[in-house]
Amino acid sequence: MSSSVETALLDAEDARGPRRQHPARAALRRLLRHKLFLSGLVLFGIILIAGLAAPWITTADPTRLSLRNKFLPPGENFVFGTDNLGRSLWSRVVWGAQLSVIIGVSVVALNAVFGTLFGAIAGYFRRLDNAMMRVNDALMAFPAILLAIGITAVLGPSTVNVILALAIVYIPRTARIVRASVLVVREMEYVQAAVAAGAGHWRILFRHILPNAMAPLIVQLSFLFAYAVLSEATLSFLGLGAVPPTPTWGNIMAEGRQYMREAPWIITIPGVALMITVMGLNLLGDGLRDVLDPRLRIQQ
Amino acid sequence: MLRVIARGLLSAIPVLFLVSLITFGLMRFIPGDPSAAIAGLAATAQQIEAIRKDLGLDQPILTQLLRWYAGLLRGDLGRSILMGKSVLEVTFERLPITLALSAYALAITLVFGLLSGILAALRQNTWVDQAAMMFSMLGISVPNFFLGLLMIILFSVHLGWLPTGGYIPFTQDPWGWLRTSTMPAISLALLQMGLLARITRSTMLEVLRQDYVRTARAKGLPERTVVMKHALANALIPITTVVGIIVSLLVSGAVVTETLFSIPGMGQLLTSAVLNRDYPMVQGALLLVTAFLVMINILVDICYALLDPRVRYE
Repeated sequence: MSSSVETALLDAEDARGPRRQHPARAALRRLLRHKLFLSGLVLFGIILIAGLAAPWITTADPTRLSLRNKFLPPGENFVFGTDNLGRSLWSRVVWGAQLSVIIGVSVVALNAVFGTLFGAIAGYFRRLDNAMMRVNDALMAFPAILLAIGITAVLGPSTVNVILALAIVYIPRTARIVRASVLVVREMEYVQAAVAAGAGHWRILFRHILPNAMAPLIVQLSFLFAYAVLSEATLSFLGLGAVPPTPTWGNIMAEGRQYMREAPWIITIPGVALMITVMGLNLLGDGLRDVLDPRLRIQQ
Repeated sequence: MLRVIARGLLSAIPVLFLVSLITFGLMRFIPGDPSAAIAGLAATAQQIEAIRKDLGLDQPILTQLLRWYAGLLRGDLGRSILMGKSVLEVTFERLPITLALSAYALAITLVFGLLSGILAALRQNTWVDQAAMMFSMLGISVPNFFLGLLMIILFSVHLGWLPTGGYIPFTQDPWGWLRTSTMPAISLALLQMGLLARITRSTMLEVLRQDYVRTARAKGLPERTVVMKHALANALIPITTVVGIIVSLLVSGAVVTETLFSIPGMGQLLTSAVLNRDYPMVQGALLLVTAFLVMINILVDICYALLDPRVRYE
């Protein structure tokens, strides 16, 4: 791909240039030249904007029944058609996008806070490492969806419980990545310099180590967003997520299953929306990894 | 070699202990009264009390924990409320179905994942590479139940070639098994196929740049030999480690696929157990499946050590 040549040239330019660019700005510049990253940004952007703008771009209540209008195919009055109860599929899918975004953001935020905290502590304080990683290994031994199902079984089906379940499932995985990165950074010379200068543990950890150990975490979080959206759709498809008539993509598809002969659009439209989201985030993640974490780059 | 195996098995003990502890703890977090939840809304106080006694929930938590481990050591995981049989018995009925489906999906994954990864690496930056990578990006992005639904709409509803669901055991009718298992296996394999293709490609590209591959080419070996004997053989070693992850994803995916295609395996069992508040079954299935995966991963680690002497002698 020519982009690797471009990045190499850019790097050289950065190094020679009269003022050295801030690394974050340099990374941003390279990202904006990464074609796959940009296409991911566009795909995910569509869903994100639709979700955020849901109250303004939908007119029909996503849960209002209108049996007169049931099974209308996508067309003039209803862009995406209607379902078995005459509800506007456009409204339901757009509000479903909002719910997916909320779930993704919440799971990512919980992971960013607690995954980082646990990973940083395990990686920095060697005494705690072994015990913490054992628990981590045990939690990671459960297949993700199965553990999420077990947790929602215990807590009961609801949006908040799905977020909690997915956070519990993925935090150990995030912690592991942060720990690995902290283990590398803590051996750097500037960390020794900070120790020599008499900085305290927490200052070293949060001011010197973590900011330099962030790249793998950022990459992980973009993939995590995709897993969270996908897992939520799976759980609600199985009837273990938000309770119907809440419009989630999984719920819509589960209801559409009975009518796939006469109204296949009930399944395909939310399915495609889900696919666009996951693919967009995967492309974003690949792009971020290429730029931020070149060691893991899929070889060009 | 024995030391490698022994070390692998020993490392399983703390993980399995913690996994069983977590599973036990999980079911104690049920808000409110689990016995009442199991009994349902119409239950009388006596019925609830009977269930509580039956599950041992009237005992102090420590007694419950000891009983749990005493049961585990005897192979007693409790009784499924829904099925009226022991959890282990139900699992033995259901697990072979899931394993057969997973094995089918694994075969598809390995053949197509490896093949497209290798081809993409050998034809790097050509349309073959781009098509293979596009395909694997689709693979990791299309939810397996969505692909399953699309296949049902196309092959069952419109073309009428394959049944929409159900299951025929292989031993009873191999052709029937193939007809009922092919769509589930493909939808189950897709994600892993994409992952494997991506990993195979990047590993192959790395190996193809090694000095020993250049040496092999320089001494005039045919390209086939270079690729198969020098590159692929070495690339497969790191790829083995992914197999553990793939099997774990297969089992996760089976939960959805089996429910979608009405296949009476472990996945469908777990979903219906959760929906019917059959807590002993949920607990047992979660533990057994996870224990199985832990053992698979140890097997993978052992294979890895056996394949790669560098790991063994560390």
